[in-house]
Amino acid sequence: MSDLAIQAKDLTRTFGNFTAVDHISFDVKAGEVFGFLGANGAGKTTAIRMLIGLLQPSAGTARVAGFDVSRETEEVKRNIGYMSQRFSLYEDLTPRENIRLYGGIYGLTRAEIRERTSQMLERLGFSSVADTAVRSLPLGWRQKLAFSVALVHRPRIVFLDEPTSGVDPITRRQFWELIYDAASNGTTVLVTTHYMDEAEYCDRISIMVAGRIAAMGTPAALKEEFTVESIDELFVRLARPVEAGKAGTLP
Amino acid sequence: MSAVQVDSISKRFGPTVALDKVSFAVEKGELFGFIGPDGGGKTTLFRILVSLLVPDSGRATVLGLDAVKDYRALRLRVGYMAGRFSLYPDLSVEENLTFFASVFGTTVEREYEQIRPIYVQLEPFRDRRAGALSGGMKQKLALCCALVHRPDILLLDEPTTGVDAVSRREFWDLLGVLKAGGLTTIVSTPYMDEATRCDRIALVHRGQLLGVDTPAGITGAFGRPLVGVRARERYKALLALRKYEHAQSVYPFGDVMHYTDRRLDAPVERITADVKTFLDASGFADATVEVLTPTVEDSFIARTESAA
Amino acid sequence: MTALQGLLRKEFFHIRRDRRTAAVLIALPVVQVLLFGYAIRTDVDDVRLAVVDPAPDSATIELRNRFAAGGVFRTVAVVPRTEDLDRLFESGTAQQAIVFYPGFAEDFGSGVPARLLILTDATEPNTGSLLQSYAQSVVDGYARSLRAAPASPALQRPVSIVAQSRLRFNPTRESKNLFVPGLMAFVLTIISSLMTAISLTREKETGTMEALLVSPLRPWEIIVGKVTPYLAIGFISVAAVLVEALLVFHVPLRGSVPLLLLEGALYILVSLSLGILISARTSSQRIAMMFALLGTMLPNILLSGFIFPLESMPAALRALSYVVPGRWFVAIARGIMLKGIGLEYVWRETLFLAAMATVLLVASIRSFNERLE
Repeated sequence: MSDLAIQAKDLTRTFGNFTAVDHISFDVKAGEVFGFLGANGAGKTTAIRMLIGLLQPSAGTARVAGFDVSRETEEVKRNIGYMSQRFSLYEDLTPRENIRLYGGIYGLTRAEIRERTSQMLERLGFSSVADTAVRSLPLGWRQKLAFSVALVHRPRIVFLDEPTSGVDPITRRQFWELIYDAASNGTTVLVTTHYMDEAEYCDRISIMVAGRIAAMGTPAALKEEFTVESIDELFVRLARPVEAGKAGTLP
Repeated sequence: MSAVQVDSISKRFGPTVALDKVSFAVEKGELFGFIGPDGGGKTTLFRILVSLLVPDSGRATVLGLDAVKDYRALRLRVGYMAGRFSLYPDLSVEENLTFFASVFGTTVEREYEQIRPIYVQLEPFRDRRAGALSGGMKQKLALCCALVHRPDILLLDEPTTGVDAVSRREFWDLLGVLKAGGLTTIVSTPYMDEATRCDRIALVHRGQLLGVDTPAGITGAFGRPLVGVRARERYKALLALRKYEHAQSVYPFGDVMHYTDRRLDAPVERITADVKTFLDASGFADATVEVLTPTVEDSFIARTESAA
Repeated sequence: MTALQGLLRKEFFHIRRDRRTAAVLIALPVVQVLLFGYAIRTDVDDVRLAVVDPAPDSATIELRNRFAAGGVFRTVAVVPRTEDLDRLFESGTAQQAIVFYPGFAEDFGSGVPARLLILTDATEPNTGSLLQSYAQSVVDGYARSLRAAPASPALQRPVSIVAQSRLRFNPTRESKNLFVPGLMAFVLTIISSLMTAISLTREKETGTMEALLVSPLRPWEIIVGKVTPYLAIGFISVAAVLVEALLVFHVPLRGSVPLLLLEGALYILVSLSLGILISARTSSQRIAMMFALLGTMLPNILLSGFIFPLESMPAALRALSYVVPGRWFVAIARGIMLKGIGLEYVWRETLFLAAMATVLLVASIRSFNERLE
């Protein structure tokens, strides 16, 4: 198989009359950190759900880790890790229990689980809270733990949906360093975020507006192409024509 | 007399300390911002100011009224927007507005001038159900409902969270219009870049205020030179730079790394030169080094570190 | 450990750590078994018996003694005329009556079947027929004893006592007649208690309660505003149930309709207050619903006399039923609909309901928190 971790071609998803994802096509190379940007409601979450096998595409195809998302969903799920903003870990379980649960679900042996648990706890500095309910941990810690847990089975690709929302600046950066660390080990990371400044952390990004990909490329190339100082400015430029032109249909 | 006077307010929920001896004042006509991430205590503070919660200790005075004892009178004069959408999703835009006007004994028509700058943006959707609006529009509606009874002070808890960048800008433009009209406004937000839109800000982290000043005052107090480093192999350079003997902190900020030096007495030219030399020697010949002006985010990070 | 095992284990953790749900899961079956075990009893005791004996003689007195001696029946009144029974039945003083015809003993002697009338108040669902058969068996026992040991050799003809049974108020023993009053209470409980509790906690859950609290609205205004629609709906529902019962099922409505509606309104107020009290304790719709179901619907089904007769229950449960509002309303509704009685007989129950309504209403307004905690 090629060294493309993710391939999407004309991926589409409709809900009744509403088109959430409108024929998007993009590739992500193995080991890349790919930023999937866009406003809330632009279609990012729907797109991710299709890529991880939670939602059937209405049209188009996608291959993740070499498997077709429509027809080989189980293989896709086995080879990826996922962390969403809305839910990451079970709050009334401890970190240790959470790791054991997910390790078991992904078929790790007891020895592997034990080993990775201690590795993870040490790396994050969580040894002292390993047996406290997750609910008592600060938000930033929970997010970092959730990320590690998503990687417990060493998947080749990991999907992160708005992982740093609401988190304090330091923890946010620590989180991105975890992402960098994973990428340096060859893991492909696809992350969605509505923080445009985080776009700069990525190797390549795409910006979704109203279900379509309005721009894609490296942050540097995009800034040059559109002559803007920041990705935030670029986003405003891309989103505004839609808002101004179609008043009455958008909000 | 200040619009808001808070003296040493503390509040805890079970074992968690939400606010720890917080004190500050807000002057009339100010646009005051509480900047900080989730869980910092902003919502608890707002709820105390609008009399929905009682502090464990300390005193809060809003518009000269005690937030605990004079709560009835206070609630008549405060415009409050709770965090996340707190209007009726199954009622239309117009119905929501009419309801809140009626509850305060007035009508939309009577207060139209007051809310016009915002309402004109909502008017095309007046019959649409509030639940079907986009995030940005919902927040504008909530703002309208908070304003419709002509409050003497506006408290907005995270009005721009989860809203797209365009709507956020528009929202702050609206706040600017309200300020021009003389309305005292207190806003909370997790977005550091919004801090510069405020007259004065307070940085909130884990129940404590890490600083209360104008944005310029906060960044001006950064205390040491800030250096920006760019390199193609970003992560590797980051790790390497952290091992530099004089490195105080190295944080990624997109494609630039923000570096501060341990040496308090070294001039900035010396620092940039040293860092460049170090990076060259470590194999990052393409690295560029320049002096930066600290932002509110840099200040927040620095103060969080020293508070820890 | 396999994935499935891990998942199972996790579920046990959740259950164990969620105190409230665990309590319900364990306590509920125990409580239910106790309640059902005691509530469903098929034997009857302490039956209040009235006797109409215009011309007492040795036989009637003997039979009356037998009734009194068995431990099942308790003679509450002895009256000379059948007309006197009306008042006894309507007020509920008597549940059953035996009416002797004059010349009871004489009929034995002449070999004519002695006649006897057994009247039973059949507004209780199960007990009606039970009471009938109990009374019948006492009579039969007496007849058998007479045949077995003749008191005087002059009695040569076989002795027989013919007892006619009649069921008062529900002669055809139609269960629907008995269920409708209970059903009305049930419907009202759902609308008034359950929906009120849910409506108030939904406001809390979505966060809009904050906006209401910070407004000039006073607590009583918020409550009245949120609860009045359900009051109106409850009223309409009761009317609908009544109309349906009357027109489709031909359930009798012998008493005063305005009185029935008034009592209904009282009951609605009580249920509404309970709903408000429940919502004051929690901000979760799910929990409010659970409490409403456990705290209002379940007692109403089990302890109001709706399905399981109160007479059959042990004294402790009967005492408990005094605080179940439904019990009072069902008694009133049955009385009005089937017995046709008026306020002069149900004033006690009405007073009780009114007192409950007042106390609960005041408590619920007080319980409403003007702050978030």
